[in-house]
Amino acid sequence: MEIIMSILAGVLFTTGVYNLLQKQMLRIIIGTALISHGAHLFILTMGELKAGAPPILEDAIENYADPLPQALILTSIVISFGVTSLLLVLAYRASKENGTDNMEKLRGSEND
Amino acid sequence: MLFAVFLPVLLAIFIPFLSKWKEKIHTGYFVLLAPLAIFIYFIPSVGNDFSPINQSYNWIPSLNIGFDFYLDGLSLLFVLLISGIGTLVTLYSIFYLHTSERLDQFYVYLLIFMTAMFGVVLSDNVFVLYAFWELTSISSFLLIGYWNYKERSRYGALKSMLITVFGGLSMLGGFILLSIITETTSIQAMISQADVILSSDYFGLILAFILLGAFTKSAQFPFHIWLPDAMEAPTPVSAYLHSATMVKAGIFLVARFLPIFSGNDWFFVFVSGIGILTLIWGSYMAVRQTDLKGILAFSTISQLGMIMAMLGFGTSAAIFAAVFHILNHATFKGSLFMIAGIVDHETGTRDIRRLGGLFTLMPISATLAFFGTFSMAGLPLPFLNGFYSKEMFFESTLHLNESSIGFANVLAQAIPYLAVFGSIFTFVYSMYLVFGTFTGEKHLDKLEKKPHEAPIGMLVSPIILVLGVIVIGLFPNIVNSTFLQHTAEAIYGQPMEEVHIHFWHGWVPALYMSLIVVGVGIVLAITRKGWSSIYNLFPGKLSFNKAYDFLLDQSEKASAKLTNFYMTGSLRLYMALILVAILVCSFGALWLTDGFALDTTNLAEITVPEVLIAITMAIAAICTIFTRNKIASILILGVVGYGLALLFVIYRAPDLALTQLVVETITVALFLLCFYHLPNLRERTENVSQKLINIIISVAFGALMTTVAISAHSTKLFDKISDYFLETAYKIGGGHNVVNVILVDMRGIDTLFEIVVLGIAAFAIYGLIKLRNKKEAE
Repeated sequence: MEIIMSILAGVLFTTGVYNLLQKQMLRIIIGTALISHGAHLFILTMGELKAGAPPILEDAIENYADPLPQALILTSIVISFGVTSLLLVLAYRASKENGTDNMEKLRGSEND
Repeated sequence: MLFAVFLPVLLAIFIPFLSKWKEKIHTGYFVLLAPLAIFIYFIPSVGNDFSPINQSYNWIPSLNIGFDFYLDGLSLLFVLLISGIGTLVTLYSIFYLHTSERLDQFYVYLLIFMTAMFGVVLSDNVFVLYAFWELTSISSFLLIGYWNYKERSRYGALKSMLITVFGGLSMLGGFILLSIITETTSIQAMISQADVILSSDYFGLILAFILLGAFTKSAQFPFHIWLPDAMEAPTPVSAYLHSATMVKAGIFLVARFLPIFSGNDWFFVFVSGIGILTLIWGSYMAVRQTDLKGILAFSTISQLGMIMAMLGFGTSAAIFAAVFHILNHATFKGSLFMIAGIVDHETGTRDIRRLGGLFTLMPISATLAFFGTFSMAGLPLPFLNGFYSKEMFFESTLHLNESSIGFANVLAQAIPYLAVFGSIFTFVYSMYLVFGTFTGEKHLDKLEKKPHEAPIGMLVSPIILVLGVIVIGLFPNIVNSTFLQHTAEAIYGQPMEEVHIHFWHGWVPALYMSLIVVGVGIVLAITRKGWSSIYNLFPGKLSFNKAYDFLLDQSEKASAKLTNFYMTGSLRLYMALILVAILVCSFGALWLTDGFALDTTNLAEITVPEVLIAITMAIAAICTIFTRNKIASILILGVVGYGLALLFVIYRAPDLALTQLVVETITVALFLLCFYHLPNLRERTENVSQKLINIIISVAFGALMTTVAISAHSTKLFDKISDYFLETAYKIGGGHNVVNVILVDMRGIDTLFEIVVLGIAAFAIYGLIKLRNKKEAE
């Protein structure tokens, strides 16, 4: 199962990066969101999948799933939420200010 | 000693505050205390019964780097020079620099330089020495560029920095090789392993690297070109850094490592050969100059070459002469620089063609200048120290060690003649300097100011130095056994018999050499005007400055071209370049370390629901690329997110699943809120090749992540650290939910910062939505 999950993470990265390399801002935001999903899956796969019970301590249980990747991912989910929302507003604002959401046209100039 | 070294820098911290009262009391008076205190601290070390002192202070023990200060005769000479000349120069600068200048900056740089220089001469640890060495380059850069509104100052500062730092880096290379071979970072320990170094395969490289450092710093041919341009610095700086102390750091370095290298023929060939060449070239070029400080700069170059040559000889007599000349040069050249500064200050020009006849107007300065230049020229008079060391130089050229290399022997044969040849020009420019400025016709109409004698405060420092010239000249033996003997022995590496310096040694060859220099020199000096066409003819337009400028210009152009090639302003291109770099590095590392691994023994079983979820997610992810509808793309993204939440449930991560569900819902809602404002997704109008490149990059990146994931999962280099959290979560965190305990207890600060990040993002979002520029508001 880990291998399938690794491949899935790879697919998420591929689509994410491809979107990231597009001209349009909305696609770039979608790309970052996909990449963060891929990263979460990647980290989760690093711990063993289904190795034991959820990491909530109970007397009768010996084996637990690895809590460390979960803690990392939890942090990451929240941060990527922040990133996505900021990017969304930034894109909205930038396209409104500049009249375009095409990255190729947003190059700045020497005199700025 | 640690305190003594860092005293100037400590004082420098307070200089900006003190300079507030610079109108009432010149900041220089405070600065004066530092070198004076250090001079007084070290002066008791002078005496017959001196023995080296070692003091260590830890800095980075794990890297074998520490402040190991080693005070032997060699460092003592330099410490006294730095603090002594430093005191006089600071005193001089009080009268030279007007209070309207930026005194705080000047003195801060000067104090940094002092600390750096003390560090260079006292450090026994090669890496600490290197650090201080570069600090001298930086402070020199700042001081040369002190009048940064002048273009020449900036040019000179940059040039000195580039050349000396280039040398410093190569020296670091030499030090690294040395410390690898000898397994120590202490210079004294390296000297005790001299035979290991000499027989090492890397010996040639070490020699070349270290000499490159020394030659660039001490302005040896052909790296001398930075020194004349460094004369743009205020004159106190030129007298201090570019004559008495910093440029002698290269000499110090060669002297410090002499016990290792001496006796090696290549060392002799390079150091003496370059030294003699520098002597001749410097003194020849000095005759061509018209700027007083330009003459002095080339004169310094030539004198440094002479000292370097003597160190290369490696005989005990030559080393003693070198040490003696270091001291003498500091006295007469220091005073001459200060006189040049006085002339500049009082007349408004340093152009010797516009000067002349100043003797009657500035009698004291002129008298001092006569003593200084005659000493520099090596006139055989019993009250001039320059004569003694020059005589000893000639003497030492006649008694060189036999060498096994034929070329070295030829050089040794030629050196006495070359020495005389170079010294003739030394004589000529010395006479030219002093007679051109102080005698002859007056050109008062060409001067900007009406010249008169300098204030007494400005004259004190050169008077003290000239007194040094005369006292050492009259009683050379007072500095001999108490002081210079220790220095020479520290360089030579073994005790040497006591040298007695006499004015008269009878009709020996060295005397004839001196007389030839004086005789031919007088003839050439009197007929100098007739020769001027020849002086101007050679070297003409071909100069090393041109080479330097060309090199600098070309490298600037090339780097600008390279930068413009990829800095197009297109963020997509930058992104692509970054990704390609990541790909190359990661795949390269995987390939080089043979990192790929596939271990199928410890895998979780494959079940149908998971596979179905995975396929759904993959299809949804791919669809985001092809969809053209805004709403569709946002919802498809939601499918991926919810799919991930389901996977979290299956993989026993309830907290993650909950968070993911909440966050995904909010995100989709947010997307839909912004939806109204965002432009529609458009047809992708990319050409095929661009598309292909994007596909290749993204597929390769995905493949990379899959490979890394599989390899990392299959390679277990150490036990999981998670057991620690499982065991201690309840004990130290008091919670049953291990993930929560990690987040709020064990890594509580991280979580706090995460909240801060979210807070900042929230503010930014609020700002972006609410704040509008004026145009929009209207």
